Amino acid sequence: MPNNSGSFCPIFLVIENSVSTDSFIEFRNVSFAYGERSILKNINLSIPYGRFVAIMGGSGSGKTTLLRLISGQVHPQQGEVIVGGRHVEKMSTRELFEHRRRMGMLFQFGALFTDLSVFDNVAFPIREHTHLPDSMVHDLVLMKLAAVGLRGTEHLMPAELSGGMSRRIALARAIALDPALMLYDEPFTGLDPISLGAIAHLIKKLSDALGTTSVMVTHDVQHSLNIVDYVYFVANGEIVAEGTPDEVRASSSPWVHQFVYGEADGPVHLAYPATTSLADDLGLGGAHV
Amino acid sequence: MFETLLSPLRKLGHWVIEAIWRLGVISRFFVAILMNSGQSLLRFHLVIREMYFSGVLSLIIIVVSGLFVGMVLGLQGYTTLVRFGSADALGALVALSLLRELGPVLAALLFASRAGSAMTAEIGLMKATEQLDAMSVMAVNPIARVVAPRFWAGVLSMPILAALFNVMGIIGGYAVGVLMIGLDSGSYWSQMQANVDLHVDVVNGLIKSLFFGMAVTLIAVYEGFDATPTAAGVSAATTRTVVTSALVILALDFVLTAFMF
Repeated sequence: MPNNSGSFCPIFLVIENSVSTDSFIEFRNVSFAYGERSILKNINLSIPYGRFVAIMGGSGSGKTTLLRLISGQVHPQQGEVIVGGRHVEKMSTRELFEHRRRMGMLFQFGALFTDLSVFDNVAFPIREHTHLPDSMVHDLVLMKLAAVGLRGTEHLMPAELSGGMSRRIALARAIALDPALMLYDEPFTGLDPISLGAIAHLIKKLSDALGTTSVMVTHDVQHSLNIVDYVYFVANGEIVAEGTPDEVRASSSPWVHQFVYGEADGPVHLAYPATTSLADDLGLGGAHV
Repeated sequence: MFETLLSPLRKLGHWVIEAIWRLGVISRFFVAILMNSGQSLLRFHLVIREMYFSGVLSLIIIVVSGLFVGMVLGLQGYTTLVRFGSADALGALVALSLLRELGPVLAALLFASRAGSAMTAEIGLMKATEQLDAMSVMAVNPIARVVAPRFWAGVLSMPILAALFNVMGIIGGYAVGVLMIGLDSGSYWSQMQANVDLHVDVVNGLIKSLFFGMAVTLIAVYEGFDATPTAAGVSAATTRTVVTSALVILALDFVLTAFMF
């Protein structure tokens, strides 16, 4: 992906395993499998500093695995994952935690800590990683809640929140330490149109305000194309198409066309590749179905 | 024919290898807890909070069970002792039975069912709802933040609960032996005082409960952490916690008794 932002370049510690790269995130020939099941095959992609990139694809196409590779939750069997000039797969546990402190992640359903109040959820990363006095933690939490439009909810428990509110509280928690990198895992799943629009707007606004590099894994084509700078399409563990939102809208690629217009027929097959025919399974013999 | 003979043998071999592998994983998990315990012990409010959930909230079941077990011991003990003309020794019988065996073992079994299962379910659900992943991505080690405080809370709560169980059992025995049957109150307490040794009976019983606490809590947190992140997976892990804990408590009790008494 071409780097034309140039406005924000977060300072990452460069100690060991460092490499020279123009991109903030770079995948070089990355392959990953869970046991025998291949998830990603020879992936190459690069995300420049300060850009907002969407990774789209069907369920099980390997999108979330890409995020897990960036955060170092899993390591590739082949290839290199470079974030902020450092190889994630070569990081020690201490370096990995250092890497994650500069990163925020919004999970699919928020993943709020159910035994903590909204205030304590947002304060969690601040308390864990800083030694700020309680009064400052209090002020920071209120500022983050105000940023997501939920000031006044600090005393509520996660069980008392709607799906959209949970997602916004989780977003406030993810940006609590002003991360250089934001990862969004299906942030629009299960939301009503109003909440979805609000979250999409909020993500874009916060991303611009904080100048973070952002990677969003999503199924939602229309809202995503309105807020991101670049899109990668993943299918069957490979990147099958990429481009800016305008290029995606004008694309004639059958992969992109099938995904953008939600067509059942196309290069992505929905049926599981059964090894025997339906007729054989039903004991009828005859031709394969 | 040869294959038919080999099949059970192969299954047995697989089961043994699986059991050894699992034991190795639990041992590594235990070492990880110990290595990450410094942070939890320094932030002791986390352990205190968990002691409330696993210890204080288990009080009702421990206190009521201890009372009834003591009452049953009083009844059964009296009917046996009276045949030999030794009804006055009821206090000693109740106290020794509770302090040496019943107190630590039953309190641990109740603790496993009440607090152990709750710990497994809570950690398992945290895993299923990506809370552990979220913590890890926030550069917070879930073993240090979630597992270790619960482990130490369980280890510290267990001897206190066992001691309370013993006290309630002795009161239950007193209620039946002295208040209901009419034995002499002075005999009940003096026989107990004369026959119970602080080190051999009381301290060893508490040491037993400390070991049981470690075993039960380790199993509970491991099963939760290792649970398949689905409803069925958490349910299965919770069941495994109770069953494995019960078996381990009884086996460990035999080993500890053989060494101690």
